[in-house]
Amino acid sequence: MKALGQNVPREAMLAAIIVVLLGLIGLRAPVFLSPGNLLGVLTDTSFLFMLALAQMAVILTRGIDLSVAANLALSGMIVTLADRAHPGLSLPVLFALAALSGLILGAFNGALIAFVEIPPIVVTLGTLSIYRGLIFVIAGGQWLTSNDMSRSFLAFPRDTLLGLPNLLVVALVVSVLFWLLLNHTSFGRNLYAIGGNPVAARYCGISLTRQIFAVYILSGVISGLCGLLWVSRYGIAYSGIAQGYELTVIAACVIGGVSIAGGIGSIVGALLGALFLGIIVNALPVMQVSPFWQVLVSGVIILLAVVLNARSEHRAGRLILKTPAREGTP
Amino acid sequence: MFSRRHLLQVGGAAALVSSTSLPSLAAGKELRIALVVKALGIGFFDACHEGGEQAAKQLGNVKVIYTGPTKTTAEEQIAVIESLIAQKVDAMAISANDTNALVPVCKKAMARGIKVISFDSGIAPAGRILQINPSNNTLIGAKCVQMIAKTLNYQGEIAILSATAQATNQNIWIGKMKEELKKPAYAKMKLVATVYGDDVADKSYREMQGLIKAHPNLKGVIAPTTVGIVAAAKAVVDAKLTGKIFVSGLGLPSEMKAAVASGATDTFAIWNPIDLGYTAIMVAAQIAEGKTTGKPGSVLHCGRMGDLKVTPNATVAMANPYTFDKSNIDKFAKIF
Repeated sequence: MKALGQNVPREAMLAAIIVVLLGLIGLRAPVFLSPGNLLGVLTDTSFLFMLALAQMAVILTRGIDLSVAANLALSGMIVTLADRAHPGLSLPVLFALAALSGLILGAFNGALIAFVEIPPIVVTLGTLSIYRGLIFVIAGGQWLTSNDMSRSFLAFPRDTLLGLPNLLVVALVVSVLFWLLLNHTSFGRNLYAIGGNPVAARYCGISLTRQIFAVYILSGVISGLCGLLWVSRYGIAYSGIAQGYELTVIAACVIGGVSIAGGIGSIVGALLGALFLGIIVNALPVMQVSPFWQVLVSGVIILLAVVLNARSEHRAGRLILKTPAREGTP
Repeated sequence: MFSRRHLLQVGGAAALVSSTSLPSLAAGKELRIALVVKALGIGFFDACHEGGEQAAKQLGNVKVIYTGPTKTTAEEQIAVIESLIAQKVDAMAISANDTNALVPVCKKAMARGIKVISFDSGIAPAGRILQINPSNNTLIGAKCVQMIAKTLNYQGEIAILSATAQATNQNIWIGKMKEELKKPAYAKMKLVATVYGDDVADKSYREMQGLIKAHPNLKGVIAPTTVGIVAAAKAVVDAKLTGKIFVSGLGLPSEMKAAVASGATDTFAIWNPIDLGYTAIMVAAQIAEGKTTGKPGSVLHCGRMGDLKVTPNATVAMANPYTFDKSNIDKFAKIF
């Protein structure tokens, strides 16, 4: 794929920015660079890794999924309610329930976007509120805390496999699966094709409807799984968890070089974008930056990274394709 | 002065005359006080009701009418109050769904001789005689410091994990905590940082992790927010630092049960709804009996809660926040 090849320098640039950033943080708070802490940062960023990859798949098709955080919170609440009602449910069953919940919520988005052909931003903005509202309804406004969750459920994200916390292991497995899916299956290649030029993709015999429906289901399933992991990690489920997190996920994609116009983006880029944000949110409290400055500082750093990073994207060739492709937007 | 004994004698006489001749007089002896809550079916208010019944039992001549709308809206609450006016209750203690919207209907009630006070969530001054606050800022700030100081044996580094940097109540409480910390008893304690978790679980968790890393000698954290305290306790457990770092502050028993069981939290506090309901009925009964006007400056005798003085802006601060620990959390976790 040409789009993939073009992005290599861009990712190298982002990796270099991350190294410089780590160096600067280390000057002020050396404790941040300890292996234990860096592992902690990676673990904390696990949610962002998975959600950014799923969001990238959606954005590749010129879509967007704003309902990911609401889906995460609703699926998390459903799993917690199930766990509270039946404390004996095994983890695989709970995982299956989380994935199923995410799948249904994602399929609802996908159906409206692919079959009814409503713009993704409108659909997912609506379902964002619906899913958040549903949490309130099914839980009756209650907050469920670690007191309502079974021991094995709470222990899962923290337990380790080969020295790595399960949460990070799951994120790594999901990343590998995404890499295989996007780079080594026709489904993945079709996503790039649809975003790059929908008209051409249709002439090539790619079913846009089915492909787009599937990508929102994929995004939903990942959100659902993250919902289980989120509530078990933080030990709390209520309507406000991960509020506004969808914007962090989209920011990770954009920083990682995923083009909002569709068709461009790579696994490594999205992961690096997520890592960059993960480092910033974890470093600010350790660096003891005044809380009144934190939001401003993180915004400036993000913008700087995007500006530095975007300079490698200017290519004369892209403009030629842009205009005709737009007309064929699904 | 119209004494209680006098009242009882008249009541006894009325009973002798039999119910046929003077029923209205006999009914007048018993004070009917409505406890109007934001909505029925909320554990916190059910606990207030329990406290109100305790006060009624102690006073002997009070009947508590526990009522409220089914939804927490001002419109439904107004309808409830209208029906209580029609029933000619003696007094109402209201936790308002809207500060201003209830003023006209409460004025109407007061014009008919019904004594109206508000508790928990206040009505604007024009619509009530006084407002009972569960506590006041000074008491809350002092309590937060006292709890962690006791756990840490009055020495070591502490930090504050707040909600948002702009939250009015949080900032007032933090100010009061700093004042309390100036006292000589806390000379060996040092406040090293104040961080903001924005009342978001994952940010609070991360801020707590940051505190642990940035301050290796940290011994205690005060989180005067129900979200922050749960997240901070979780972060301490996850970092395997229980027994080394203690989290205290303001939280709800039902949400803090796991934190207390794990040992990450020794004590925490919140206003006790049973005491709040008890105080509300005690105050309403005194005003309805005409023992006091409830105007600023007057002193209210509130049984086990002691004497409370009405402040110049017609509010009463009930008491210190109530402390929860291993010994009582199971009981209260079922209530709220």
